[in-house]
Amino acid sequence: MANGVIAIEEKNFYQQSTNKYSGILSWLLTTDHKRIGLMYLYTISFFFIVGVIIGILMRLELLTPGKTIVDAQTYNTLFTLHGVIMIFLFIIPGLPAIFGNFFLPIQIGARDVAFPRLNLLSYYVYVVGAILVFISLFLPGGPIDTGWTFYIPYSVRSSTNVSMAILAAFILGFSSILTGINFITTVHRLRAPEMTFFKMPLFVWATYATAWIQIIATPVIGITILLVIIERTFGVGIFDPALGGDPILFQHLFWIYSHPAVYIMILPAMGVVSEIIPTFARRTIFGYKAIAMSSLAIAFVGYLVWAHHMFTSGMSDTARWVFSLLTFIVALPSGVKVFNWVATMYKGSIDPQTPFLWVMAFIFLFSIGGLTGLVLGSLATDVHLHDTYFVVAHFHYVMFGGTGTIFFAALHYWFPKMFGRMYFKKVANIAVLLFFIGFNMLYFTKFIMGYMGMPRRYYDYLPQFATLQEISTVGSWILALAIFLMAGNLIYSLRKGPKAGPNPWGGVTLEWHIPSPPPMENFKEIPTITHEPYDFSQLKEMKNES
Amino acid sequence: MSSAPSVHTETVDFVMLYIVGISVILLLGITITMIYFVIKYNRKKGNKPVDIHGNIWLEIIWIAIPTIIVLSMFYYGYTGFSEIRKIPENAFEVDITARMWAWEFNYKNGLRTDTLYIPVNKPVVLKLKSMDVNHSFYIPSFRIKEDAIPNKINFLSFTAARPGSYDVACAEYCGLNHSMMYTKVVAMEKTNFEKWYNNQASEESR
Repeated sequence: MANGVIAIEEKNFYQQSTNKYSGILSWLLTTDHKRIGLMYLYTISFFFIVGVIIGILMRLELLTPGKTIVDAQTYNTLFTLHGVIMIFLFIIPGLPAIFGNFFLPIQIGARDVAFPRLNLLSYYVYVVGAILVFISLFLPGGPIDTGWTFYIPYSVRSSTNVSMAILAAFILGFSSILTGINFITTVHRLRAPEMTFFKMPLFVWATYATAWIQIIATPVIGITILLVIIERTFGVGIFDPALGGDPILFQHLFWIYSHPAVYIMILPAMGVVSEIIPTFARRTIFGYKAIAMSSLAIAFVGYLVWAHHMFTSGMSDTARWVFSLLTFIVALPSGVKVFNWVATMYKGSIDPQTPFLWVMAFIFLFSIGGLTGLVLGSLATDVHLHDTYFVVAHFHYVMFGGTGTIFFAALHYWFPKMFGRMYFKKVANIAVLLFFIGFNMLYFTKFIMGYMGMPRRYYDYLPQFATLQEISTVGSWILALAIFLMAGNLIYSLRKGPKAGPNPWGGVTLEWHIPSPPPMENFKEIPTITHEPYDFSQLKEMKNES
Repeated sequence: MSSAPSVHTETVDFVMLYIVGISVILLLGITITMIYFVIKYNRKKGNKPVDIHGNIWLEIIWIAIPTIIVLSMFYYGYTGFSEIRKIPENAFEVDITARMWAWEFNYKNGLRTDTLYIPVNKPVVLKLKSMDVNHSFYIPSFRIKEDAIPNKINFLSFTAARPGSYDVACAEYCGLNHSMMYTKVVAMEKTNFEKWYNNQASEESR
């Protein structure tokens, strides 16, 4: 310290508890948004790995035509569980529950979310949902085999544990809704003095827009799930045509949630990108208002496109072209973001550290995903490509190459802040490269197979697809290696990484003004905001802060 | 003139080329620009960053031009799609029933087969229904599919342009043997087709 006095180290949130317990109970009963964020991190990461392993098994089965390692029934349950776990247990909760929880309050200058105990409840609701998924694997009837979309009539014919599995999804939906309510209230009521909406960081804008989708869309799938359970249990004919119901009605109700759900998945990721680029380019974001408004536009227009999942279902031709047109419109605000992000790199002072490399991978992979969305939004091409591997490739590029890479980027960006340590950068960067290679081998081949006519959810395939299927499987091994390397590096660095200071990257949003790891109450005093969110002239002042 | 299995095949391939072509240009533009900036403005070069907040004209341009582009993509997609939704008056009609896990084709003369036989150069309309769960009738070579839904009749219309035998797959997950519902559509020259159509006994299937 400047005057020779040894500073007494302040306690961080690992050492202080919001309750009177110590040890594990002080975590399990915490109301500290940072501890809750970490509990989500560990739980969600576990389910992500489970989902990856199932994916590896699926690709192993598809390595050769005919049976390779499992039979058809097992394969059908594998792809169902892969979807259910990845979507409901990883991607939908992932970024909001982990990084939204940890950083949204800090970024707006608050000490916690608006409803800390509701926050803890949301976590346990998630855990109960996860346990129900697990239980559904072992009850008589066996694991669900309907695909994650559980279309009627098959989902009311299957003798597997459909009701238990979708009940799990119902409960998980409440975790999402409660988190959404918490975040909206937090943003409206707990911003620090002088932090107007247009001084909020873009990660906060993104998480806020996402929260609105979580609240408004999730109840629709909730009700639909209940109706399916009632139909299976009591034989009430709502969707099942054998009982006088309408299977197309099911598809509409399902997709009215599940399409906005994909914007729940991508918007927070886009928010993280808007944080990482300014920090590593050390200049303000280009087009702050455009990016903020585009998040709201995506959230809104995202409600209007759901039936592009149903172009071959037999709905009217008018419905088909209307939804096609709207689907093209929803692409535009995402394009606006990509252009503004690249423009932010112009005349920056760029230090391409690991988080920035993940963002570069994201821009390439998400662009491919988004552009192939145009192919699918077009009626003529969709009629050919619907329910083929082309769709599987498209959504893996946007969900995994999009949200997935940013999940990794966020981990590497905020790791020093959350854990007070840095990871080994060379290893981290090798993992990015390996991931990029494995990912494209695994999924680009699927675009080609899809156009050649390879349908999805197929246990077996015709001989003309064999070579591409092999390449795709080898890609999955390289991808798995990359994830293993990345995870190993981070886990090892939790204990053995070099200690990190408050601001290893030179960021200027509020989390970089406080110690790493942060103290329990985040700030000694709630700051009064005098700067724009990405004003790097603050860096000089900040060197004196700690 | 060309050797495509159906006229619609070429239409869809054109729309695909159009959208993918523009997409590749956009993707390359974005990626190359990004890599160029990362190299040119690398911190090691020591240049001071410049805080450009935005540019309203740039925002307008990169909303307006993509809007025109996507609207053109929508247009070609729509017109291409309309080809398979018009049912010409003289269309050759086949009723298709899907079930777990096979297709059944019923012709107007009472014929029933498990392979689809159609004449070339004559519009065909397929009427689709299912006996149990959702299926989807997919002919990759013709670039067409439509779902077969229980208690509902969906339709698909196309014209085969040259004789040949083409795969038909089920494209809506329908349980255990979803991947094993392959059959063929066999397009035959007019005389061969008429011989086949008129010579088969009504309940015989090949």
